Amino acid sequence: MQKASVLLFLAWVCFLFYAGIALFTSGFLLTRLELTNHSSCQEPPGPGSLPWGSQGKPGACWMASRFSRVVLVLIDALRFDFAQPQHSHVPREPPVSLPFLGKLSSLQRILEIQPHHARLYRSQVDPPTTTMQRLKALTTGSLPTFIDAGSNFASHAIVEDNLIKQLTSAGRRVVFMGDDTWKDLFPGAFSKAFFFPSFNVRDLDTVDNGILEHLYPTMDSGEWDVLIAHFLGVDHCGHKHGPHHPEMAKKLSQMDQVIQGLVERLENDTLLVVAGDHGMTTNGDHGGDSELEVSAALFLYSPTAVFPSTPPEEPEVIPQVSLVPTLALLLGLPIPFGNIGEVMAELFSGGEDSQPHSSALAQASALHLNAQQVSRFLHTYSAATQDLQAKELHQLQNLFSKASADYQWLLQSPKGAEATLPTVIAELQQFLRGARAMCIESWARFSLVRMAGGTALLAASCFICLLASQWAISPGFPFCPLLLTPVAWGLVGAIAYAGLLGTIELKLDLVLLGAVAAVSSFLPFLWKAWAGWGSKRPLATLFPIPGPVLLLLLFRLAVFFSDSFVVAEARATPFLLGSFILLLVVQLHWEGQLLPPKLLTMPRLGTSATTNPPRHNGAYALRLGIGLLLCTRLAGLFHRCPEETPVCHSSPWLSPLASMVGGRAKNLWYGACVAALVALLAAVRLWLRRYGNLKSPEPPMLFVRWGLPLMALGTAAYWALASGADEAPPRLRVLVSGASMVLPRAVAGLAASGLALLLWKPVTVLVKAGAGAPRTRTVLTPFSGPPTSQADLDYVVPQIYRHMQEEFRGRLERTKSQGPLTVAAYQLGSVYSAAMVTALTLLAFPLLLLHAERISLVFLLLFLQSFLLLHLLAAGIPVTTPGPFTVPWQAVSAWALMATQTFYSTGHQPVFPAIHWHAAFVGFPEGHGSCTWLPALLVGANTFASHLLFAVGCPLLLLWPFLCESQGLRKRQQPPGNEADARVRPEEEEEPLMEMRLRDAPQHFYAALLQLGLKYLFILGIQILACALAASILRRHLMVWKVFAPKFIFEAVGFIVSSVGLLLGIALVMRVDGAVSSWFRQLFLAQQR
Amino acid sequence: MKDNDIKRLLYTHLLCIFSIILSVFIPSLFLENFSILETHLTWLCICSGFVTAVNLVLYLVVKPNTSSKRSSLSHKVTGFLKCCIYFLMSCFSFHVIFVLYGAPLIELALETFLFAVILSTFTTVPCLCLLGPNLKAWLRVFSRNGVTSIWENSLQITTISSFVGAWLGALPIPLDWERPWQKQIAR
Repeated sequence: MQKASVLLFLAWVCFLFYAGIALFTSGFLLTRLELTNHSSCQEPPGPGSLPWGSQGKPGACWMASRFSRVVLVLIDALRFDFAQPQHSHVPREPPVSLPFLGKLSSLQRILEIQPHHARLYRSQVDPPTTTMQRLKALTTGSLPTFIDAGSNFASHAIVEDNLIKQLTSAGRRVVFMGDDTWKDLFPGAFSKAFFFPSFNVRDLDTVDNGILEHLYPTMDSGEWDVLIAHFLGVDHCGHKHGPHHPEMAKKLSQMDQVIQGLVERLENDTLLVVAGDHGMTTNGDHGGDSELEVSAALFLYSPTAVFPSTPPEEPEVIPQVSLVPTLALLLGLPIPFGNIGEVMAELFSGGEDSQPHSSALAQASALHLNAQQVSRFLHTYSAATQDLQAKELHQLQNLFSKASADYQWLLQSPKGAEATLPTVIAELQQFLRGARAMCIESWARFSLVRMAGGTALLAASCFICLLASQWAISPGFPFCPLLLTPVAWGLVGAIAYAGLLGTIELKLDLVLLGAVAAVSSFLPFLWKAWAGWGSKRPLATLFPIPGPVLLLLLFRLAVFFSDSFVVAEARATPFLLGSFILLLVVQLHWEGQLLPPKLLTMPRLGTSATTNPPRHNGAYALRLGIGLLLCTRLAGLFHRCPEETPVCHSSPWLSPLASMVGGRAKNLWYGACVAALVALLAAVRLWLRRYGNLKSPEPPMLFVRWGLPLMALGTAAYWALASGADEAPPRLRVLVSGASMVLPRAVAGLAASGLALLLWKPVTVLVKAGAGAPRTRTVLTPFSGPPTSQADLDYVVPQIYRHMQEEFRGRLERTKSQGPLTVAAYQLGSVYSAAMVTALTLLAFPLLLLHAERISLVFLLLFLQSFLLLHLLAAGIPVTTPGPFTVPWQAVSAWALMATQTFYSTGHQPVFPAIHWHAAFVGFPEGHGSCTWLPALLVGANTFASHLLFAVGCPLLLLWPFLCESQGLRKRQQPPGNEADARVRPEEEEEPLMEMRLRDAPQHFYAALLQLGLKYLFILGIQILACALAASILRRHLMVWKVFAPKFIFEAVGFIVSSVGLLLGIALVMRVDGAVSSWFRQLFLAQQR
Repeated sequence: MKDNDIKRLLYTHLLCIFSIILSVFIPSLFLENFSILETHLTWLCICSGFVTAVNLVLYLVVKPNTSSKRSSLSHKVTGFLKCCIYFLMSCFSFHVIFVLYGAPLIELALETFLFAVILSTFTTVPCLCLLGPNLKAWLRVFSRNGVTSIWENSLQITTISSFVGAWLGALPIPLDWERPWQKQIAR
């Protein structure tokens, strides 16, 4: 009963945290309201005559169409400099030869030969630079917000008005080929479509070759009005090899040929658009907002001359969404309702031979239509929500009315128009730009009430953790009432809230419901706590964290409030961890637990020194500390740089072995990785053997003996395949791909079965029944034949005597059935931690498989580090025999800090471009099809592996001091003079109780587990609280979307993973405890029988 | 007796501070282009030398541990040599600890070592002066209830403060100050 209530109490505290996080998130990460209004041909965007030139023409909508057909070639991740012409006008300097430069030479040729037909732009992309968000922006002309970034795997149909919808409703035939993301975004919109799977980023050619197979036949058939081809090869090449790989040159040259082929086939009424949806970083990733990611290339070409002037020397910078209104008006379509882009006026001027006045007028009319549409959108949007700031909106409306009036005046009185035309154009452009800027700012607006509420809830939860962790170990902690009352009140509050909403017919908001439930369960708890415990104690006992630890914790929290520190956290964490380690060593020394007392007591003063003698010598703790520092430093070598620090170089060891070029180095590294694997395995087995649990015949230990090496073998084989897959001869390709699918699944399956075995029979002890049992074994080598010498007789006679003795004793015991049957059980002292260590190892192997090969070294370091830290901590924690047991704050803080450090040293960073997407393909080399939760799970497990491992392993902090007790005893019992005494003593007394001390005081044991869980939750909780505070205080900071918001999201998900892992770890200890109890009961029954 | 000791303590500390201030100004009389920020390495060396010298002189003048027995010249020489070895050892071990704490291993090795030297100057040298090359006495002073005189008390406080100060000095490193010295480190 008490076990369940411990778990339930922790789950309740977790729920409080979750409610706080959800409430804060709902206020912080606002989504834009998606309007479902549509523009239509019949309904012009504003009052006034239809613009110049559109009257009386068939098929004309808001404006007469200039092109009847468009070929849109979307090259994923076509960064601007990929398409930039390489000028060779500086003859002395040799041209920079990078694989991605100057490969699109046909663009350069066209720009030089036909300057009035073509134009290259640097299109400025709005972050987030993920493909789905860009596709949304490129068709709706709007601004997909941050929260959409997470749903890259599960793209949904676009509900807003968009170009494709306008095209289909105008009866145009849209043919699509390429990336199958479009299938989800525009289901059933294409008259003909060839979709190819986009998810497998290692596959450079399937999509592109598939498009090329259909592109020219479709074009020649003429059954299309708009042809969209979305090539993925360049993006995938970036993800797999990075832009500096020779493969990139190959891919870009292929794209160049495609463009050339298209240009040759274009007819006069067709516009060719070549666009990149976003750029890529120097590593080939994208998703953030660095300069390289947000600059994409945009190239327009028409067989007829459309541009009045020659292209400028440096290509013009335009927002990416400008393409949407431009294409809509050029094709004679209404501009999509929610567009906030500005038309590229240049394209409406009517070619090189048109009159300057008429071309300017055409530009003004296009801009005016665009401005009318944007104004209508702003009006509708501000009527629907209060997002937009009223003052700025008002200013913009004024600006628009003025520009519009000027424009109307201009139309009516053509005299003197030449002078005013440029000002009208400037006014309209000013309005459009202002509107766009306002939208960008407003769609990052926050609900301050919810943010404050969420932060308050988080703070309250932290306070509960602190309070309850102090209260839990005091005698008479009222478990059941304390738990039941708040839960009951929470339910009552939730139901009341839901009923209230039901009566006034408002929509039920799950986040608010959770928050109400959390608050209404929190208040009665606080009241009860105050009544039952708090009022009797001084407030000082509520804040029990010792000074230096508190200082370090404060520094840790202050880190979250500075963007420089968040960026540098990967380096700050090992520093703080090192400080913790040295603090622990110094504290041990300060408390006098390291040195023998005779050194410390001054003979002159004659004071008796410490009451308890030191359990370890000073060199021991110092060795542990230095070893820990060394491990931390070595793990820091696996460091991935945040993109903000240009001078920093990421460790080359984080990349998978497959990307290495040299064969010899690759083999050496492979050997090192396998050695790390074997070392990890050997270390775990050695540990289990040291405490004797390996001898147990129970199934989990059999699994450790035979299953774990099998898992290591599978992992090593998978690495071999993965790192050499490209070099495999073609005959073996099928075999290799099959094996690289089966092996990881087999390892994961083995791990799962091992965990199941562990849960089924967690008690790993070796039972030897019968008191005489050990002695019967002492019968020596059998002797046959008659004795021939005196020596033989001397040997045989005692043997015969002993044998008879055994015989008689056995018969005696059999006749006396009530005789005392003693049972010797070994390894009971480490039964809990053996189960924990086995579970952690079983968890670590599949997680290891999800990372790049060389991260296995970090995993080895992780185990070593936590082992050393546990020993160091155990040296400082006294074993109080009857209880209460506590885990000190510094232990929990250091543990949490180490989890963070491992997060960084496994090559992660709290930003979205740094997520290891490769993990989704481990075991699924062909991708997942339409399944989205499985890749998300794999990537999540990769990202939060360290959080999970450390949270599950958290109960070890409580168990370890008891384990170390055996060492201390053994050392003390073997002083040189007393060996004879020790031998005389019976064996049973020599055996230390170790973890059975915990079982002897179950009440204290559960209270200690609860306290440990609460302390760990508190440390994690104040981290997330600090992140939330930082994000809300600095919400107007330049770096909020780049640093603070991603950090908050990563911390929040990490908190959820950690809390679940913590519950699982404590549940595992409970399960072992239950199994030990039933084992004792069985033993007791057997003894009685 | 105690008041007298406190007075002497005050003077020694004031002298130490004064010597640090002097080390900023005096070298500029002899050296060209000397400034703390530009030629910080030179200044670190000079400062370390000044503080060591002041400590030694004060130790010879004040002689706080009067109870030490008279000893022969060879004893004194071996003691002095021992002190030197201890000082070097502490410099190297501090260097190792800094590297373990995250200082780069090969680049900036000179800077790291000079940092180790200056920290040794503020921690090891006073210990050597006051307690002599006697590790057990050091361990005694730096543990709870181990202090026996006001001199040792002062030693404890100043040494621990030096460590804490050095530790605090690492905290502002990540802040993006566009100082020339920081640019140099970044490079």
